[in-house]
Amino acid sequence: MSKTVVSLHQVTIRFAGDSGDGMQLTGDRFTMDTASLGNDLSTLPNFPAEIRAPQGTLAGVSSFQLHFADHHVQTPGDAPDVLVAMNPAALKANIKDLPRGATIIVDSDEFTTRNLTKVGYETNPLEDGSLDSYKVHGIPLTSMTVTALSELTLSRKEAERSKNMFALGLLTWMYHRPTESTENFLNAKFAKKPEVLAANLLAFKTGWNYGETTEDFSVSYEIAPTKMAPGKYRNISGNVAMAYGLIAASKQSELKLFLGSYPITPASDILHELSKHKKFGVITFQAEDEIAAVGSALGAAYGGALGVTTTSGPGLALKAEMIGLAVMLELPLIIIDVQRGGPSTGLPTKTEQADLLQAMYGRNGESPCVVLAPATPKDCFNIAMEAARIATTYRVPVFILSDGYIANGSEPWKIPEQADLPDLRVEFARTQENFLPYARNPETLARPWAVPGTKGIEHRIGGVEKADKTGAISYDPANHDFMVRTRAAKVAGVSVPDLEVDDPTGDAKVLLLGWGSTFGPIAAAVEALRENGESVAQAHLKYINPFPKNLGDVLAKYDRVVVPEMNLGQLAILLRSQYMKDITGYNQVRGLPFSTLEIIEATMAVLND
Amino acid sequence: MTDLTLTKKDFTSDQEVKWCPGCGDYSILSTVQSFLPELGLPRENIVFISGIGCSSRFPYYLETFGIHSIHGRAPTLATGLAISRPDLTVFVITGDGDALSIGGNHLIHALRRNVNLKILLFNNRIYGLTKGQYSPTSETGKVTKSTPAGSLDTPFNPISLALGAEATFVARSIDSDRKHLTDTLRAASLHKGSALIEIYQNCPIFNDDAYQIVKDADTKGSATLQLVHGEPIKSQTHGVIFVNGAMKVVPLDSVQESEIVVHNANTLDPSYAFALSRLSGSELVHVPIGVFRDVERAEYGGLVNNQIAEAIASQGAGDLAKLLSSGDTWEVK
Repeated sequence: MSKTVVSLHQVTIRFAGDSGDGMQLTGDRFTMDTASLGNDLSTLPNFPAEIRAPQGTLAGVSSFQLHFADHHVQTPGDAPDVLVAMNPAALKANIKDLPRGATIIVDSDEFTTRNLTKVGYETNPLEDGSLDSYKVHGIPLTSMTVTALSELTLSRKEAERSKNMFALGLLTWMYHRPTESTENFLNAKFAKKPEVLAANLLAFKTGWNYGETTEDFSVSYEIAPTKMAPGKYRNISGNVAMAYGLIAASKQSELKLFLGSYPITPASDILHELSKHKKFGVITFQAEDEIAAVGSALGAAYGGALGVTTTSGPGLALKAEMIGLAVMLELPLIIIDVQRGGPSTGLPTKTEQADLLQAMYGRNGESPCVVLAPATPKDCFNIAMEAARIATTYRVPVFILSDGYIANGSEPWKIPEQADLPDLRVEFARTQENFLPYARNPETLARPWAVPGTKGIEHRIGGVEKADKTGAISYDPANHDFMVRTRAAKVAGVSVPDLEVDDPTGDAKVLLLGWGSTFGPIAAAVEALRENGESVAQAHLKYINPFPKNLGDVLAKYDRVVVPEMNLGQLAILLRSQYMKDITGYNQVRGLPFSTLEIIEATMAVLND
Repeated sequence: MTDLTLTKKDFTSDQEVKWCPGCGDYSILSTVQSFLPELGLPRENIVFISGIGCSSRFPYYLETFGIHSIHGRAPTLATGLAISRPDLTVFVITGDGDALSIGGNHLIHALRRNVNLKILLFNNRIYGLTKGQYSPTSETGKVTKSTPAGSLDTPFNPISLALGAEATFVARSIDSDRKHLTDTLRAASLHKGSALIEIYQNCPIFNDDAYQIVKDADTKGSATLQLVHGEPIKSQTHGVIFVNGAMKVVPLDSVQESEIVVHNANTLDPSYAFALSRLSGSELVHVPIGVFRDVERAEYGGLVNNQIAEAIASQGAGDLAKLLSSGDTWEVK
């Protein structure tokens, strides 16, 4: 039988199943195979906070979306072209996102009366015609997997566990992905469990063969590699890029990296990743709580290490007082907040950008800190090094506001050459007479980084207000006023690059201004709007405190400034108060990134206003 | 010990000491300043870290490195510093409110990990800096500004708490007993890992004479049970014996000398030292003074740094270029 091969420019696939079905792994593998084929891509994992919600329920559905193309990709895609649904719950939870004509692949074995009832289907959607406007492939994935593995000495339950590899094999065939890297991955992962390895490899192969031989699938698809700048690439998630950026900062600064952290979703993966790299001299300390995590990092920084703490919103709230101490001690400290839905426990596994004002103002007294935000997963690598540069140069706490979308999402990354990384070496205070711990560098206003072990500069510092220069306790009114203003001036004077504006025609009246993880959907929307003949400008803030020096001029140039944020307008508050500029907010707090279409529509509304 | 010939004066900073007249903190400060030269360490390798409270002003008065941090959190800063800088000697200065109330969590975790910290807990059984509220070590029924009808809380016994966290070195001393406090500081300094010294400290303003019974020349002899390793545990009037496996304080004239428990601070089972800690409650009738427990256990910072050294020994030092291009990669020409 000859099969048709169709060339596509782009595809969005969503893998969905029970949280125990291995959908994140399946998505990850498909992503790696797609990346190694040279397609640009963007991913969006979406999973429940419960580790194992009751099986087969809507609450337990976990999904992984991947958008890949023969051209540059900005987002994980608005609507999937293909949905792989491992059970009725996965179908029901995701069908509303599918455009008509989309392809649905389901495990028909799971569509039993019991499972259908569990999620409120009165009739079987595979049979009642409700899916007629989709291309549906009902495949008995479970039973075919079990049959294929019948030669192995596995229980039925164990055999069933490999059905995700069957699905992966089928999709691998459908989209002409290479099989070697998944095979290598399985070989490594299950090296010590030969039975499980054999089962996974066989299920993967059987899925691939099923696509190749069955008449159910008459078409397969090719997506040509994306044109990318020459170089060596790998796929990378935000949390791993952040960890690598910190290790690179440690190397480039010749400082010991100390991470104090308390486990919290979605930041824990940075702790996990760094704890693997002890040979770089990295110390990871899992503290007893969030306060001890940041306290230990500050203590290490006092001793001359690159002190870092990682957390999410609720943890940041607990760290506030210690960050205030860091402001007072004027020591370098990096605080990474991987934001999630709030307030309180909120939506632990979902994304949001609502900690901006907490990072800016969530401490007692006048307590300014530097605030940075990466735009995409790979950008975390550079932002981590930038945070280290600023923290060590100015001896200030620096926030990095990542979020769940950036942290777990991934994209291809051109691996930098070590020679191209910045020199981050620092100078410590040396032995001297009459040492003044709060004398300042006139350019940066930084005080000396005076570490214990240095003879002759023994001194005492603390959270009580300091006298200028000597650092002794001072309750003098004029001195307090001076010190408060000096700390503020130091942060305001941090050197950051100018904001670049993308305004190709130069005549746009509307500026789309974003920060953090909204970069992808905004860029995709701007691209689409311009293709439609609309004139819009785009700019993205990575430096939020201090703002780039040219930001005021940029804002003044445009009639309307639209700021999409996954909060109720926090950047807008900062912009309005600092520049007296009217801002049009576009705000959503649904725990999900913006879709491209939403931003297009919001922008059109302003353009037509 | 070394060729360093430092004196008490070398450890005295230029800051004016600002505690209330008669405060027990003065004698502790003086004893510590006199003791420090004995360590034989250069001043720059010693760091004192405190929290908040009267006692936490301590670091300002010592000519070493020091941080006066925030309430209850001194052990967190000290832990980060001690792990990343094993070359330093780190002291934590804290009080009963700082260590046992707001900072209770950090204290027990530092002790269970056995971080190389010498923790001096000044216990005056009252909140001094905030002007006289009851503390977690105040006796039940304490009438203070915040408890006009008497406090309802059962107090902590700091020694029992530390032993519950399996601290490897736990001792008690008294602010005014310079010799005993010096001996105890010496023993703590020789210990590798966490050492907690509870120091009974008088607050003349808000809780004066709380410890008079163990300080007064007339009463201290009978009120304090001396814990000396290898010696029978006794006061001038009483001794400690085992009765059906439990410790009991009995008049000396009611037992043979040979029946009195001979103190072994190195006893691995913490229940021995715990039983000792239970001999006195807040009423201070028979108060054990000295080192309750001094046992060996690997020090946390050493363990952390060993893992790193082992990783480097077995895999070689980290190569950044290799790390960045690890995993699945592909080349675009």
